[in-house]
Amino acid sequence: MGMVPYGTALSLQRELVAERQANRVPDTLLLLQHPHVVTLGVSAQQQSTNVLASPRELADRGVELHEAPRGGDVTYHGPGQLVGYPILDLRPDRCDVHRYVRDLEAVLIGTAGAFGIAAERAAGLTGVWVGTDKLAAIGVRLSRWVTSHGFALNVSTDLDYFTLIRPCGIHGRGVTSIAALSGRPVTVAEVEPLLVREFAAVFDRTPCPSRSSG
Amino acid sequence: MSTNVLMPQLGESIAEGTIIRWNKAVGDKVERDEPLFEISTDKVDAEIPSPTAGTLIAIEVPAGETVPVDSVVAVIGAADGVATADPARDAGAPVRDAGAGAAVVPAAPAEGGKPTTPAAGGKPKAPGRLSPVVRRLASEHDVDPAAIQGTGAGGRVTKEDVLRYVESRSAAGGRVQPMSTVRRKIAEHMVRSRRTSAHVHTVFEVDFSQVARLRDAHKAEYAAAGAKLTYLSFVARAVVDALAEVPVANASLDGENIVYSDDIGLGIAVALDDGLIVPVIKHAREAGVRELSRAIADLAERARTRRLAPGEVEGGTFTITNHGAFGSLLGMPIINQPQLAILGMGAVEQRPVIVDGAVAVGLRAYLTLGFDHRVIDGATADRFMAAVKLNIEQFDPGLL
Repeated sequence: MGMVPYGTALSLQRELVAERQANRVPDTLLLLQHPHVVTLGVSAQQQSTNVLASPRELADRGVELHEAPRGGDVTYHGPGQLVGYPILDLRPDRCDVHRYVRDLEAVLIGTAGAFGIAAERAAGLTGVWVGTDKLAAIGVRLSRWVTSHGFALNVSTDLDYFTLIRPCGIHGRGVTSIAALSGRPVTVAEVEPLLVREFAAVFDRTPCPSRSSG
Repeated sequence: MSTNVLMPQLGESIAEGTIIRWNKAVGDKVERDEPLFEISTDKVDAEIPSPTAGTLIAIEVPAGETVPVDSVVAVIGAADGVATADPARDAGAPVRDAGAGAAVVPAAPAEGGKPTTPAAGGKPKAPGRLSPVVRRLASEHDVDPAAIQGTGAGGRVTKEDVLRYVESRSAAGGRVQPMSTVRRKIAEHMVRSRRTSAHVHTVFEVDFSQVARLRDAHKAEYAAAGAKLTYLSFVARAVVDALAEVPVANASLDGENIVYSDDIGLGIAVALDDGLIVPVIKHAREAGVRELSRAIADLAERARTRRLAPGEVEGGTFTITNHGAFGSLLGMPIINQPQLAILGMGAVEQRPVIVDGAVAVGLRAYLTLGFDHRVIDGATADRFMAAVKLNIEQFDPGLL
């Protein structure tokens, strides 16, 4: 869908979740990028000490600040990051949130693997890691077993922007991207089809990536 | 008639959930399937729909609190808005409704006693046969199904019949609450340990005056470095050294093999609101008092706020439980399987003691070792405890 402002993506997801619950649309995977934005998950909204930059600094760098109705702490989205919002009905056979999160991790690990990157899970820390650096973040919302929000995979993200926050509120860990790890320029467009393939394999579904101009 | 709303289980390995928001206030009308509250677990935030239409009578768990799966989080009254307090509501045995997004069961049968359970919704079963749901429910509440008058097809006992029976039984006073998942796991572990190990306990009285002096002298310096110098940090260090001296206390039993560990994984029992957990200080052999005090404070804090990673409760080779923190003088702890020994620390307190034939004021605590007599004999256990006692009473200031 290309570049979609965070607020627009939020309302689109809300509509799609309602449509999915009413069974008027099939399982859908939205793939897009956001302009620079810092979003606060539910755990951050109560105590947002993990945004290190002041609102002024954020504004100066052209970064929006948004509250997001998803699990997790604080994260950054921006150009070069492949954001995926699966709108899936987990019923009847996948009603397990841990399994869903582990499945998303499997998709991301598989995608990174296609670039020769050995990404892995870290015990107790949701997301996908290479060493102690975070390659992809996960934050999910569930509404009557219909999923929304999802994952953010750093492809060619300007990692400098992460210094504005403490990603996911976890201390002592850094961030990385596919481009940084493979040492060559990689584009989001290049990663998308590989991720869709992994997604279809892990979830045993063939979601139709939305190509409409958002 | 009222309905208990339960903390749903959103995955097999999930034992609890945190309520992050209530979308309704007490007294509000709710529609069936209308979002009632939101919970958070792992990195997932889930919206939980109301199981029924009615009036929200009570919110039992405020936003921000974490409770085990199946805990009652709210009560919804009948749709006609009669929100009278229901004295039996706590007795409305909650049962997980398999597969549904929200886990609830009416506390009283639906109008006309029409069976509404999935089990009863299918083909009628032979009279006298019990569905798995009913069997499980009956055993959870320790009820003999034969004692219940069935109202289902052919006089079959339904889920509602069991619930009604339990409710009437408890109407005499008190309440019935099924164990949470966490509680059940603790219960299983404790009984299994009692059944597995030949528990013996030995108690030593230990003089803490040297440790108290060192603590006073170094407290400020530790505080400045962001660490809290507690008696437990000294005991932990004394235990680590004693384990090196008596390695069998650091071993575990695997079938008929005694498995000695080169490493020390020091478990520290932490009391939670409902239950306990034993996070482990890894590689404790190398840890100084400062690292131990930091690790204890960090693990305890994260255990209480439920932020421990799964790997942090594994790999323990020996456990310390500081029951003295609650004023207990002398405890007889149960061994944390498959370990072979556990040390219980009583309260450190001033006591009259005899020094050179005269009564003086001493600073003492009772330390108990619970050990598995299948592997460790009394003499060995006492040799271990003598080492702990010596290490504490003549604590080496160089270790600080």
